[in-house]
Amino acid sequence: MELQILGIGILTWLVFLPIVGMLVVLLLPDKNRNAIRWTAAIATGAQVVIAGIIFALFDRTQLGINEAESFQFVEQFSWITVDAVPWVGRIEISYFMGIDGLSILMVILTALIGFIGVISSWNIDKMVKGYFALYLLLVTSMMGVFVSLDFFLFFIFWEAMLLPMYFLIGIWGGPRREYAAIKFFLYTFVGGILMLLTMLALYFSVAYTDPATGQSVHTFNILHMMNPANYIEGSLLAGIDTTWRYVAWMALFINFAIKIPLFPFHTWLPDAHVEAPTPISVILAGVLLKLGAYGILRLNFPIFPDATLYFVYFMAALGMISIIYGALCAMAQDDFKKLIAYSSISHMGIVVIGIAALNTQGMVGGVLQMFNHGIITAVLFLAVGVLYDRTHTRGLYDFGGIANQMPKYTGIAMVGMFAALGLPGLNGFVSELFSFLGAFEAYKWIAIVSVTGIIITAGYILWTIQRIFLGETPEKLHDLKDLTAREIMMFVPLLILIILLGVYPSPAIELMNTSLSHLVEFVTMGGS
Amino acid sequence: MIEQTLHSLSQFYPEIAIVLTLCVIIVADLFTKKESYTTGYIFLGGLVITGIFVVMQSGQNESVFYDMIAVDPFAIFFKVLLVLAGIFIVFFSLQSRELKDYKSRIGEYYMLLSGMMLGMMLMVGTTNLLLMYLAFELTSISSYVLVGFTKKIHKSAEASMKYIVYGAVSSGVMLYGISLLIGITGATDMYGINAALVAESGQPLILNLSILMILVGLGFKAAVVPFHFWAPDVYEGAPISIAAILAVASKTAALGLMIRFFTVSFIDADGLMQTGVWQVIEGIHWNVLLAGMAALAMIIGNLTALMQDNIKRMLAYSSIAHAGYLLMGLVILSEEGIASIMIYLFIYLFMNLGAFYVAMLFSNKLETESIEQYKGLGFRAPLESVAMTIFLVSLTGLPPTGGFIAKLYLFGAVVNAGWIWLVAIAGITTVISLFYYIRVARNLFFFKPAGKLMPIKFELGSKIFLFVLLIPTLLLGIYFEPVLNFAKNSIQMFGM
Repeated sequence: MELQILGIGILTWLVFLPIVGMLVVLLLPDKNRNAIRWTAAIATGAQVVIAGIIFALFDRTQLGINEAESFQFVEQFSWITVDAVPWVGRIEISYFMGIDGLSILMVILTALIGFIGVISSWNIDKMVKGYFALYLLLVTSMMGVFVSLDFFLFFIFWEAMLLPMYFLIGIWGGPRREYAAIKFFLYTFVGGILMLLTMLALYFSVAYTDPATGQSVHTFNILHMMNPANYIEGSLLAGIDTTWRYVAWMALFINFAIKIPLFPFHTWLPDAHVEAPTPISVILAGVLLKLGAYGILRLNFPIFPDATLYFVYFMAALGMISIIYGALCAMAQDDFKKLIAYSSISHMGIVVIGIAALNTQGMVGGVLQMFNHGIITAVLFLAVGVLYDRTHTRGLYDFGGIANQMPKYTGIAMVGMFAALGLPGLNGFVSELFSFLGAFEAYKWIAIVSVTGIIITAGYILWTIQRIFLGETPEKLHDLKDLTAREIMMFVPLLILIILLGVYPSPAIELMNTSLSHLVEFVTMGGS
Repeated sequence: MIEQTLHSLSQFYPEIAIVLTLCVIIVADLFTKKESYTTGYIFLGGLVITGIFVVMQSGQNESVFYDMIAVDPFAIFFKVLLVLAGIFIVFFSLQSRELKDYKSRIGEYYMLLSGMMLGMMLMVGTTNLLLMYLAFELTSISSYVLVGFTKKIHKSAEASMKYIVYGAVSSGVMLYGISLLIGITGATDMYGINAALVAESGQPLILNLSILMILVGLGFKAAVVPFHFWAPDVYEGAPISIAAILAVASKTAALGLMIRFFTVSFIDADGLMQTGVWQVIEGIHWNVLLAGMAALAMIIGNLTALMQDNIKRMLAYSSIAHAGYLLMGLVILSEEGIASIMIYLFIYLFMNLGAFYVAMLFSNKLETESIEQYKGLGFRAPLESVAMTIFLVSLTGLPPTGGFIAKLYLFGAVVNAGWIWLVAIAGITTVISLFYYIRVARNLFFFKPAGKLMPIKFELGSKIFLFVLLIPTLLLGIYFEPVLNFAKNSIQMFGM
């Protein structure tokens, strides 16, 4: 399916609208803060509209994953073509974007969180122009990763995220922002280099025959990398179950595990979250972490099915450790934001054991959990931000009895917390259930141990609710204002989704079911 | 014979143009007012004319002056880079604060720069060992004086002295090596050496020794570990414009010479381009040796750069590290490796000169080269600080900047040749390099300026020139097909 606006493909609009917004922001005078904010809101709002159109028009029966024809809204242009270089044949880099059942939920999530992030950025007063310019650049690169089907393009978007993020944490962050920013940057850059090397190895190993000219063409096209027939005989990554394929899988996996973040690559996350300003925490938890899991599904699984089958237990074990370890760490925190940061690690662990199950339930559960976790943590981080704006503290023991003072806020935050806990009727329950079901089918012991993480989660969430909302109100916390209209506005769409997907998750599941079943089949058949 | 000479002269216009520029500068210096910029503009004009002649040579592939100099696409590519670097350096020099105190001698400065340009252009074209040595010395001696040009500054004089001592020893060793090589092969031009070596490969000990000795001289010019010790002191002491030309042009010329010397002299005539060219020389595993040097340069350069506070010293160590990256291409020395070196050098020209340029602008206004003193500058000079960040990010190799493309092709070539451990080191050191490059950006932006927030005013000209360097750095990150084609078409060396 193709869809164009003004002759330009809809995905290009979707990805580059924020860049247009950024240019406008840069041209606006410094003083005109509201115009800058509105520009950002319009650019990201338009993204939400486009994501809505894509949602409405998306054909739920197309497979995607490794079949170029069944991707939707495809845009493919030759970007760099160097003809007949004597040493490698033709070089080809293309501007290749498309959506399938794997990416569509992530696209919707990114658009939504990006927009809500702008609303919650409204009260940022320091260097507004620079902030929104970087913010919009960040949104573009995140969206770009989710729709890229060319490894080179994927990589450019992936790395383009780092710099804006570094400055957003480093300039607008909390007291230890420098440390947190450089830690984030170095961690992810290590991953980036690993991915770069894997990408190069893949590039030199893969060549398809151009049907038009009969030339052998080296390409960055991800779909061509999934086809075992395209691997050049004797090249580094040719064959099945070779050491180099395992190494390449591992290099990619470490890159994505850093982003997810999986134990033991998670240590950047609590620092980055605690120091980042609220909207950036929302983006980080809401979208950035999903990039890791998405990358595993988009690249690791279908390009290296053999290595995936080999390492799947290892992956699940790391997921299990993350669930338990993240939950235990969350339990030990007395900083509200750090608690949610660790709970993110725990919840992303559920995603990993879900997708590592390599069956449809697990996979669907995992991807749905990515979406749900994005929504839920966004609510939780926004809730922390609201409280911090009013009290300038995040210490869990500094609060108490908030329920009496801020009833609306309490209601909203409670919904978010119960969703995180996995209460039936809210969206977290559905995806966790599916993930664990899938995992149980694939590897019982890991699933059984992992489920105990839910109990710990219930423990720290209930304890947090008790410490913040219930009990005596400390002296200094009297006269807190309840939510303003703007704040309610940023919570409402998320709450609707939490409840809607909790009661009736099929619209989301239908979107991805076909593609994910195909992915499962593709991987378990060893890529044939 | 006259005919041959005349024909050779017609292929020698760029060099003749630069020699004439040199002469005109000397004469003009006698007659112009001492405080004027005239000589600078004459040099600029001369370089532009030289550049036009170089471009007019494109497509030539022959050897002139009885196999002394090759005029081939390879040499032309490097000459284009050198002339571009020269033109940029004129703009640096015209705005430099450091040089303002030496206005009465500025004619001398440009004269020496012309000499250096001539030397470097001969270096990339020469196919004869004697001319190679002469060109090498011409470049070196001019640059010794240029480094000490701000002689009233203690550090500058010291730097010049160190450079001379180090340079004299290395070129002496190189000359010894050259004489040994000529002695065992009986030829002074590289083709003759190649023929002699292919015919009989006796005396591997002396052969290896002589190549090692020549490598000392070349390694010194390119600032490769373990011949790099001069670089930080010299860069720190020299005026920024000269540090920049040493970091960019000098390194470019040295690499051009290295590539030509190794390929032309030591390739097996059967064309071993695919597997490397080292088969002729027995004894030492040359590519392993070079790989070791590259790895050391990357590790030492990047690790030491972490601890620098002076921006010029930091860029000096960074340039050592970049020499290491470039040397990786030499390890492979297939066409692919050479092309990736050329792409790298092309992009390196813009991004490294850009970093030096912003450092110079800051030094002009703040009279400091300390990175710690940059704190809060992002609020006082936003455009320059953003540009600096982009140049440094590009030097790190992050997309979407040109530096990424440079690294991509170089790493790609190395991966494809199967040197996985080497590329792994390159990857790790790239991560390390991020830390010191981004530290500058951190100081620029993460701190509120200490005193009052006084914007620094820069001239319009400097802003325009900044964009001249900035736009290619960014553009080459997303559209680099022309550079690829340029490099691809320029790997052709005469006689190969």
